[in-house]
This record gives sequence, structure tokens and C-alpha cells, in this order.
Amino acid sequence: MRHVCGVVAVAFCLAWLAAWSHAGEAVSARSVVEMSNHASLYQGRDCRGTTTMIITDKQGRTRKRQFNMLRLDCGARDGDQKYFVYFVEPSDVRKMVFMVHKHVGAEADDDRWLYMPSLDLVKRIAASDKRTSFVGSDFLYEDISGRNPSEDFHELIPADGPFHVVRGTPRNPGAVEFAAYVAHIDKTTWLPMRIEYHKADGRPYRIIEVLEVELVAAAEQGRPVAYPTVVRSVARDLETGSRTEMVFSDIRYNSGLEDALFTERYLRRAPREVLP
Amino acid sequence: MLAAFPAGARRAVIACLALAAAMLAAGGECAAASLGDRFDPVEVHGFLEVRGGGRIREDAHAKDASVLDLRVQCEASTQTDWAQFKLKQDIWHDGILGRVEGDTREAWMFLRPTDNLDLKLGRQVLTWGTGDLVFLNDLFPKDWQSFFIGRDDEYLKAPSDSVKASLFFGRLNVDLVLTPLFASDRFITGRYISYWDGSRGALTGGDAGLDYERPDRWAADAEYALRLYRSVGAFELAAYGYFGFWKNPGGADARGTAIFPRLHVYGASVRGPLAGGIANAEFAYYDSTEDRGGRNPGINNSELRYLVGYARELCRDCTGSVQYYVEQLLGYDSYAATFNGRRRRDEFRHVLTVQVSKLLMNQNLELAVSGYWSPSDADAYLRPRIVYKWTDDIRQEIGANIFTGDHLGTMFGQYRNNSNLYMALRYSF
Repeated sequence: MRHVCGVVAVAFCLAWLAAWSHAGEAVSARSVVEMSNHASLYQGRDCRGTTTMIITDKQGRTRKRQFNMLRLDCGARDGDQKYFVYFVEPSDVRKMVFMVHKHVGAEADDDRWLYMPSLDLVKRIAASDKRTSFVGSDFLYEDISGRNPSEDFHELIPADGPFHVVRGTPRNPGAVEFAAYVAHIDKTTWLPMRIEYHKADGRPYRIIEVLEVELVAAAEQGRPVAYPTVVRSVARDLETGSRTEMVFSDIRYNSGLEDALFTERYLRRAPREVLP
Repeated sequence: MLAAFPAGARRAVIACLALAAAMLAAGGECAAASLGDRFDPVEVHGFLEVRGGGRIREDAHAKDASVLDLRVQCEASTQTDWAQFKLKQDIWHDGILGRVEGDTREAWMFLRPTDNLDLKLGRQVLTWGTGDLVFLNDLFPKDWQSFFIGRDDEYLKAPSDSVKASLFFGRLNVDLVLTPLFASDRFITGRYISYWDGSRGALTGGDAGLDYERPDRWAADAEYALRLYRSVGAFELAAYGYFGFWKNPGGADARGTAIFPRLHVYGASVRGPLAGGIANAEFAYYDSTEDRGGRNPGINNSELRYLVGYARELCRDCTGSVQYYVEQLLGYDSYAATFNGRRRRDEFRHVLTVQVSKLLMNQNLELAVSGYWSPSDADAYLRPRIVYKWTDDIRQEIGANIFTGDHLGTMFGQYRNNSNLYMALRYSF
């Protein structure tokens, strides 16, 4: 997942300026949204790593999810992507594979597959709602794979200090569970460090925060680069009292992943790149 | 001591030991640096499970209990730079049969010898095709007995001792599966499930189980399965071929013994996105080569089978699918003219399937129901199920298999006394 590579990708929620916005604000809001979308989801041509989630409910009971993932960008800049997720824990889903061909274009649903090794079954997933929990955690599918910026109106809220503050409202309120969100975007790394989701009455009910960012060294066209990457973040559901901490580790960018890895061949027999 | 175990369990233990020995031998070579390769540490996982269930209706031909399993499944896997290995073994006490049973579900080696070839050799579970719990071009062995008595869905697929070669050419991919000795479905024999014996015109089961003769000559009774497939955009296209035998008894000889006549199957499928969901269509021609004209009442006629399906999200964490499936008996006039049993098949058997699944409580609770309804046979089969994950390791399941029908001679109607309710508790490690 893209996010994987930038974990909290939650920030994708930033979108193009609304037509009614003030012209000066429009330019800066759009650029902030674009930069943030890129930083949280599109650093490097490809990315791989291990994601560990600890889900803690209101009573303090915990559940663990761990998966190795691959991400590959394809097509135009900040456009379509492919994800390959190989589950390691819990044991009843071990070796299952979830594969996504993410499409950014308007109205295009992602293509998703699930491979169940005990049946040798490749299943095509019909679910299209991206606002559902990812693997039972407090992160949503869209937090991981990215929310298309064009799905929201954005407005830049003037703020001093280290963050740009962007308020987003959905273009189609009936399709999502939030009425608005406020994202704090780091002015240096462009990573969204905190996103607060609000109900219609303005009450916050869901918060995603970045707890730790690391500079991950990589090579880009032969030159050394360092990508600021979210390695620890937390999603909290204020209504249920549940929280999920997500840690992203063993991160490698630009390791030369091939397009062929994201096909049925590797879905049925996972590539060495994702095996523990 | 081994004599105390049934042959299945003995074979399973021997298979385990053989694969373990192979791994150790290879490991030994590694230690000697003769290969220069290293095996990764062996990963071991599995589960312990207790599963019990009983009939909802009285059945004069079977016990009141439908399933009583105390089961352990253990899988071990490892890999080197050049291959992967896996062994998955089940051992359980079967309360219905009153003995320990064993089944090696997987024991294979996987190789990727060239950039466009994958090889999987050994015992393996194989699946292809687009149907959801309906199989047209997937002629790999099924275990309907386990499915009907409420074992985990995993057990619907029985393993094959096969070689699978997969070739990848970008535009077109090919899977070839060779099974040197015919593996039938684990069909209904009366041991767990009573059934309609058409020749006697009566329900039967228990010790009066099915008398059958299965092709058993190594190589001469081999099966070959073929799949050609490719993607076009988001659509998956496939063509299939199968050369083997009817997987369930497909006729009877002069003495009334059930037999497995030769069968060739040719088919095709397509699957892809449609109107916010996933649509699929599949077709298969079952060529019953030993009775192409349909004049031999002791051998199944050829058939055409058709399937169309559509699945989509109904609401958050809730998906539903419907499928329409048709079996068309070819040479129907010949069949009708020579039929001498109690209930004649229709030329067309229509089946509608519906599946709905809803996740609740952070996806720890699953409510699901699958149903098959045949308006032409006037029968139905319903599978409701509730699964709750108490923790990451402990899972509880309650479900039922409900058969109903107007006639005892139809697919689901014959099982109506086998309707059952079951419960299972599983600890995974």
C-alpha cells in the first residue's frame, strides 16, 4: 500500500480547489494538497516493507495484524498504483495475499483480488466501498491505498507554525461517513501529521496522528536521496474507544520491483520479496 | 503400533516422515556446503479443533450425530534459493467412524526453474474457474461429504497427487496439470450421509453403502487438466480442457456396481468488473466419450453446463452474490427412451445460488448464508453460518446444512434427512 510506504496516507484527502475559492488561496491549497498526496503515497517508484498493526479496543484487548507489502507506481505521475499484501499474522490468515490495482481516474473502481492458499482460490473482491475498516483495524481501506484528492473540496486555513492546515469537505457527502476533516501538513516534509475527521455537528470522531517519521535512504536515478517516511502512526476511533497503532519497518524504496509481480502468477505463489 | 491406525493415517505419517527426511537430507547437504544453498528455518503452524454436529431430522439410515471431529492440522514449510517446500497434515479422531483418521493435504515442492516456468510437484490442492461454490471447469477432486456435514470450507477441496506446470508468456499463460492416477471426488457413499439409490428406488446409507469400482491403474488412468488464460484490461479470460473420468460415479455396470466412465470437458470463462461489482460467466461441454449417443443407460450422457454470476457490495462490510447455473442433458430422447428407474431427470436442471456475507464488530463477527435453489428439481440447500473470533487465535463457528425437496430422487431432495446443525471451536497456532 501506498500508505504503507507512507503509512498514514490518510492525507490523500486533499483535493483540487473548489471553483468558488479565492484565486490566491486556490493556488496554494492545490499545491499543498498535491505535495501532501505525493509525499504520503508516491515517494519512490516502488516501495516495500512490513506493516504491523496493534488494535486495542476500549477494554484493552489487543489484536495483531502483520503483513509484508509491495507497492509499484505505474502510469502517470501520482496516478495508478499496484499493491501486493502478504499476510503474516494472525495465523488464520497467514499466507493469504491481497492484491490491488488502484485506479485514480474518475469513477474507476480499484481491482482487488484475494488469494486463499488453503483452497488455492483466487477470488475477485466485489467490495467497492473504500471507507471500510482495513483488516479489522481503525485504519480504513482508503487510509492505506489513498483517497483521490478530486473527491473533496479543499480550503487552506491560514496558520503560523510548522503546519499548513487544510480543511476538506466531500463533494459527495452521501458516500462517506465524515462531514469534514482538518489536516495538519508538515511544511518541510509535506506529510500529513494529524487528520481529524468531523461529523456534521462539528464533533471530531476519528483522529489519525503520525508519531514518528524517519528519513529512509534510497537511490533515485543513481543519485542518493532520503524519503521522509511515516514509520509509526495511530488511528483512534473516538466513538468506540478503539485505537490502532501502525508501525512500518524494513523499508526499501526503488528496489526495482517488476510489474509482473502484480499478477495471478505471484498471487498464487508469492515472490521472495514478500516472504518472511 | 502402526497397525492400530487405519491405512489413511499410516500413509499420512509415512508421507510426513518422507518429506521430513527429504528436507533433512537436503539440509544435510547444505550443511556440508555441497549445494551451497541454505534452507530457511522451518515454519510450523496449524490448529486444534473440536467440531460436533447432529441431524435435525431422524434418519433411519444414519446416526443422529452428523460430525464429531477432534482434529489437529499441522503445516511445515521452508525454502531455499531454488525451491519451496510445504507439508500440511491433518490427523483427527472421527467420532462417526469411531477411529483415528489422517489426511496429507499438501506435500509439495515448488520450483521456478526459468523466468517463464513454475513447477509444483506433489500433493496439492488445486482450484480454478469462476464459480462460487459451483464448479464447471474445475475437475479437481472435491469432498462433498465434508462439505455437507459441516466441516470447514477448506475441506471442500480434496488434494491431488499431481504435477502442475505453469508457463507464462505475458499475453497468454498456460497451466498444465498431470495427475498420474485418477482422483475421484470424495463422493457420498452413505458413510456419513444417506442418499437416494436410484437402482433400488430407496434411500440408503450406513453399512449398506455404495459399491463402486474406481479406475486404479497408474498412468493408464491418468487425468490431464489444462487452462489457457490471459487478462484483457480488468477482464480475465480463460479456456479449459480436461481429459479423465466422471469425478462422481457416472454410471453402473451390468452387476450394478457404480463406475467412473471416461469424460472430456472443454470450456471457457470470463470474469471482470461490471456496474460496481464483479460479473462472471462460464461454460463447459462435458463429453461423455463412452456413450456419446446417449443410448447406454448405464453411462452418463454428455452435458452442457452454463453459469452466469454477479457479486457486489450491498452495504458496508456486506457483500452479496447471485449465480444462475444450468445443466443441459444431451441426447435426452435416448436417455428418456432407455431410462428404467423411478424418477427421470429433466433435460434442463436450473439452479439459482445466493450468497450474502456481513462482517460486524471490527470484522470479528461474520454472518453468512449461501443457498442453492433448483426450481426444476423443486429442491434447495441452505448453509447459514456464524463465525466469531474471540481472539486472534480462538475462533468459534456455528452453522447448519439444510436440505429440502419435494422428491427423494433429486440432488438436494435425497439428502433431506441429513439436514444438520454443527458447532466448532478452533485454536490456531
